[in-house]
Amino acid sequence: MANEVCFRTLEYLKQPWELDEYKSRGGYEVLNHILKNKIEPSEVVETMKTSGLRGRGGAGFPTGLKWSFISRNAPGQKYVVCNSDEGEPGTFKDRDILRYNPHQLIEGMVIAGYAIGATVGYNYIRGEFWEEYERFEAALEQARAAGFLGDNLLGSGFDFQLHSHLGGGAYVCGEETALLESIEGKKGQPRFKPPFPAHFGLYGRPTIINNTESLSSVPVILKEGGEWFKELGVENSGGSKLFSISGNIKNPGVFEVPLGTPFSELFKLVGGMKDGHKLKAVVPGGCSSPVIPGEQMMDLTMDYDAIQNAGSMLGSGAIVIIDDQQCMVKLLDRMSYFYHEESCGQCTPCREGTGWLWRVVNRIENGKGRQEDLDLLESVCGKIAGRTVCALGDAAAMPVRGMLKHFQEEFQYHIDHKKCMVGAGPTKGLG
Amino acid sequence: MTDELVTIEVDGRELQAKPGTMLIDVTDAAGINIPRFCYHKKLSVSANCRMCLVEVAKVPKPLPACCTPVNDGMKVSTRSPLALAAQKGTMEFLLINHPLDCPICDQGGECELQDVAVGYGSDISRFSEGKRVVPQRDIGPLIATDFTRCIHCTRCIRFGAEIAGVRELGATGRGEHMTIGTFIEKSVDSEMSGNVIDLCPVGSLTAKPSRYQARAWELTQYSGISAHDSVGSNIHIHTRNNRVVRIHPKENESINEIWLSDRDRFSYEGLNSEDRLTQPMIRKNGEWLKVGWQEALEFAVKGLQSAAGSDGDQLATLVSANSTLEELYLAQKLTRGMESNNIDHRLRQSDFRLDGNDSPIPGLSITISGVESLDAALLIGSNIRKEQPIIAHRLRKAANNGANISLINPLWIDLHFVADQFVSTPAMMVNNLASIAKAAAAKLTGNLAKIVKAAEVSNEAKAVAEQLKSAESGAILLGSQASAHPDYSVLVVLASAIAEATDSSLSYLPAYSNSVGAALAGATPHRGVAGVPIEKSGANAELMQSMPRRAYLLMGAESDFDFWNPSLINAALDQAECVISLTAYRSDSLESRADVMLPIAGFAETSGTFVNAEGTWQSFNGVVKPQGESRPAWKVLRVLGNLLGIDGFDQNSSNDVLEEIKSLTADLTIDNSVSTKTAGEMNSSTKGLCRIGDVPIYASDALVRRAGSLQKTNDAVTASIRLSANQAQKGGFEDHQDIIVIQDNNRTQLPLIIDPRVPDGAVWISSALPGTEMLGGQYGEVILEKA
Amino acid sequence: MNKFMNPLQTRNKEEIFSAEIREDIDRWIAKYPPEWKQSAVMAALRIMQDDNGGWLTTELMDDVAEYLDMSPIHVYEVATFYSMYELKPVGKHKICVCTNIACMINDSDAIVKHLKEKLGIGFGEVTEDGRFSLKEVECLGACGGAPMFQIGRKYYENLTPKVVDSILDGLE
Ligand SMILES: Cc1cc2nc3c(=O)[nH]c(=O)nc-3n(C[C@H](O)[C@H](O)[C@H](O)COP(=O)(O)O)c2cc1C
Ligand code: SF4
Ligand code: FES
Repeated sequence: MANEVCFRTLEYLKQPWELDEYKSRGGYEVLNHILKNKIEPSEVVETMKTSGLRGRGGAGFPTGLKWSFISRNAPGQKYVVCNSDEGEPGTFKDRDILRYNPHQLIEGMVIAGYAIGATVGYNYIRGEFWEEYERFEAALEQARAAGFLGDNLLGSGFDFQLHSHLGGGAYVCGEETALLESIEGKKGQPRFKPPFPAHFGLYGRPTIINNTESLSSVPVILKEGGEWFKELGVENSGGSKLFSISGNIKNPGVFEVPLGTPFSELFKLVGGMKDGHKLKAVVPGGCSSPVIPGEQMMDLTMDYDAIQNAGSMLGSGAIVIIDDQQCMVKLLDRMSYFYHEESCGQCTPCREGTGWLWRVVNRIENGKGRQEDLDLLESVCGKIAGRTVCALGDAAAMPVRGMLKHFQEEFQYHIDHKKCMVGAGPTKGLG
Repeated sequence: MTDELVTIEVDGRELQAKPGTMLIDVTDAAGINIPRFCYHKKLSVSANCRMCLVEVAKVPKPLPACCTPVNDGMKVSTRSPLALAAQKGTMEFLLINHPLDCPICDQGGECELQDVAVGYGSDISRFSEGKRVVPQRDIGPLIATDFTRCIHCTRCIRFGAEIAGVRELGATGRGEHMTIGTFIEKSVDSEMSGNVIDLCPVGSLTAKPSRYQARAWELTQYSGISAHDSVGSNIHIHTRNNRVVRIHPKENESINEIWLSDRDRFSYEGLNSEDRLTQPMIRKNGEWLKVGWQEALEFAVKGLQSAAGSDGDQLATLVSANSTLEELYLAQKLTRGMESNNIDHRLRQSDFRLDGNDSPIPGLSITISGVESLDAALLIGSNIRKEQPIIAHRLRKAANNGANISLINPLWIDLHFVADQFVSTPAMMVNNLASIAKAAAAKLTGNLAKIVKAAEVSNEAKAVAEQLKSAESGAILLGSQASAHPDYSVLVVLASAIAEATDSSLSYLPAYSNSVGAALAGATPHRGVAGVPIEKSGANAELMQSMPRRAYLLMGAESDFDFWNPSLINAALDQAECVISLTAYRSDSLESRADVMLPIAGFAETSGTFVNAEGTWQSFNGVVKPQGESRPAWKVLRVLGNLLGIDGFDQNSSNDVLEEIKSLTADLTIDNSVSTKTAGEMNSSTKGLCRIGDVPIYASDALVRRAGSLQKTNDAVTASIRLSANQAQKGGFEDHQDIIVIQDNNRTQLPLIIDPRVPDGAVWISSALPGTEMLGGQYGEVILEKA
Repeated sequence: MNKFMNPLQTRNKEEIFSAEIREDIDRWIAKYPPEWKQSAVMAALRIMQDDNGGWLTTELMDDVAEYLDMSPIHVYEVATFYSMYELKPVGKHKICVCTNIACMINDSDAIVKHLKEKLGIGFGEVTEDGRFSLKEVECLGACGGAPMFQIGRKYYENLTPKVVDSILDGLE
């Protein structure tokens, strides 16, 4: 049951990204059908709702519901924006879509435009993905030449222009409103909400913004039907999903499996741990999701509810598998440094708090920790979470709390012994 | 949108508000205080400081009041444990990187951070890492920076983008490394820049001129009125030990809102200039002697009586329109008491041909706040940004709301809003206006009808006429470059005819703080108090100079810098028998020509009244003692009147004078009617090169010319000759080379600067600057030669 | 009647950049609504950076501001916000090493150590011959190939010190 949606071209085709090959697997058929038969846009939105597709960018918001917030007939320009910023550490699935199945994303975006009455779309690709950008551009050229993009698509009277926009290196631009600011030629600083992009989005116009994987899922959902998609997954977690799996494992990679697949099966798929080491912990949904101990993870299924009930989040489906040679303090040090480095700096709790968190973790890592530091970390997290303009603040707090919840003894050991509990001992400049 | 109100509950109180209003606006209106740093009612909401977090029932997270719209039934708690914890949390974050240098910080005592910290901070910092230090940058002579203290509220940045209309400050870098500043070493040059000092909630941006001069709690605050342009911005004057230490804006929504131009904010420095005249002085046998008041006044009276006692027409009174209403009134009363109508405040005007048919009380015929609701405006001869920064700000709001604004000027103006600019030589300005008059089918007679008929109607002119016609609220405004124009009367008649034809209002933008007051007080030769026409008009400012009189009475005016043609006035004074100067300052030009110098109180030292452009009377008190022996000018005039034996000089206070004026002027307001549809022949020369002699913003009056910090800004220009590249090439002149300029046979040498803002056929040589006083009128033909 | 174009705009757009660069930037401008030329600022900065050996000077940023009718400070804000813009000279080959979690637990430390020793420079530095500079970067979205780095526009994955040697030796 794998590779049926975003990866439906992957294992069947030699050059899966080429237009002809994509068409040979049914590509652009749905778009053709919709345009030729003038399918009601509301029908498209309904199917999306039925499918139970939840946003694959991390927040898991139902895609069909998001689309329904835009009144299609309101006058003026509307936009479809795709989020290919893929910055959450551990995530590398959208890159594979861009590389191996760009036409499906294009088709998904055109259909999204049709559904909400937008005639222009932008795909925001992170700046480092130059090769993927070139691939996507090549696909755009092909699609334009074949009449799937441009004016009066397939004689339907519907126009849709699609452009890529390249980022410049800023994790926060993955946050949807920061991304919009960035397209507008500004610093990527998130906007406060409300208003939401559906009302005040790109250039102040109604906009839907979805993750690459979400949009790429659209053609298949419409082809096979919402029920079909929903049935692929489990209750409250419709469909299949791409999991980016990395870490101390034998065969890292991106795998498309139905939601609800047991983690243990995925663990088998990746060949288990490398170098004979033991599974210690798993970050189940990207760096921001709280860590879960390995043995607990082995009992979980990969769906929104199961992971949430275990105190973490499915997020973007980025699974980092960690072996018993790794020091959790060092790991958190690196994670906290990331949020501190990537905070946009706009709002007080995040700007000041992420730096504070990192400095405290860093001093514990470096053997300068104090007993009160563990409470301090918890308290600083409490002052960031839920009080920032965007969710980066929460994202910075969650991993800290997760680590303290499950691996407090490693932090305590660092404080008490000024060295590491695991592996060869002190990690960084510890003396 | 419905007008129905919703009801919300805040801390147990029921409040009503329009749906969608931000919570903080509702609580502010109700007097419920929610702490905040980034929110400011005049700026867009950025919601970044997170200080205003409050608890809203049924919402698990605290919400920022500044960006949470209210809806019916909302229950808010601003001081619940959840709200307080959130506010305290933010405060702790803000303080971790804020230096503990309050004792040496100029903001100390009036710091929003300090105030809130007292309520929400905790005593010990749990942050034990090093604090962030931001490298210092010099952003000019007016604003002292210490960005290490910055709390990143971005008010200053939003001010630049939204109010000043120039993005000079920004936030560069990301996250904790984000710093506010200009990024490169660069001064902040907006003429409104000082407002960021008020907006900055901490001591990151403070006033450089008053730096370290006093702690906030040592200052006494008085209300006052600005003494430069005709807005009459309301101010707070802060004094210590009988010295003005600084000026802040005082909120007055209908006038200056909460803003202040840099000129109004920093010119007080000129009060303490070394040039202050602190004792009466008389000249005897070519020697200046310091004397007592009695002796000086008697000397003055004797001089006046012997020079003009028998022939009133030999007395010429020239007064600055920055004087108070009371002073202007007494000056004209004294002059008229001596059987003379030779009094004028229009020192920078040269074309008086309209006198008699002119507007009786010229000013702004709409309100200052009404400027922002204009939907079309035509400005004639106005560098509005530098002449009236506050009105320019209102106009910018109108432009941002879609108003069509056009300007007819002899120079390209660097504006902060979108406008169409017609730029041409001074003579061509008349044609440009005539073209619009023709497009608007304006009714004119005589030679003007001919000029208009002959004018070519361009598409641009048509557009302006159309915009004015279709505007619900359209205005034509004449600025100080118009009133200095050699064909001012032509411009006024054309403007008034266009106004009539397009159903627009006609307005003047008077240059001085009391230009309107001067007209009301009767400080003109052809109209007495209340603008009432005088049967036998006296000599106007120009005639008083070109046909020299034996006696001159000057008040608040410096002959080198405050007149349309300094060499003309200086020549007239040179040959006079008696020159009496009421002045706050010594100056070379006066000392070589006057016979008596009577020291008068300066800005903030005297009580009085200014009538601003829209006709609002604003009275104020003296808040510091006049320096040395100087006395309020109204008192000096009163004594002079008494000594001269003129009736009606027995007022006991400036208020008595004011009451007297009020009884004569009643409810009189601005009257811009023009009672003719033609004008004299054109004066402007069309041959040769025409001088454009504007008045630079920081050269506009004696006080600002002596304000040290303003004189260090980029707007404080020095005398130069500016030409278009084309024109320079024709003359064979090179950029930055000294060349000779000759006007009315007077010559001097000045550096040439190639400036694309100058049209071909014109030379821009600003007036009121040292090095230009030997030249002729602000406009007129000049010859350039290689040095 | 003469109605002037803004004379303070002293340069024509053609004078700011070469025809080639303009074509490149204009292609980006064309993607956005006409009144949103500034949307092309990130692209313009990247194009100028590439054209200038990998880094941006204040003059170049000012040129971009003028070309796109933006205030210079706005362009500085953008250029200092995004990590891919360099405001100091970099090597001909800018090596961006990911040290984020997936790479870290796959021993990116060893890669970093090797690079530093081999090139004799630290992060943020340029080799004396100007050929290489090193930069520590956040997750580049290639965790499946950890440890990895990017040189110029190209990703190199599954690095070992030996692989690193052969990559660097193969560069011009
Ligand atoms: C700090 C931060 C970074 C994010 N990064 C990404 C990202 O790289 N890619 C992405 O698709 N969504 C990212 N998101 C989530 C987006 O804000 C948004 O929810 C998503 O693009 C919506 O698309 P979806 O509904 O299809 O998931 C990020 C959110 C935050 C707060
Ligand atoms: S939470 Fe962080 S990244 Fe998000 S707006 Fe605030 S400062 Fe910027
Ligand atoms: S005042 Fe509301 S967030 Fe700053």
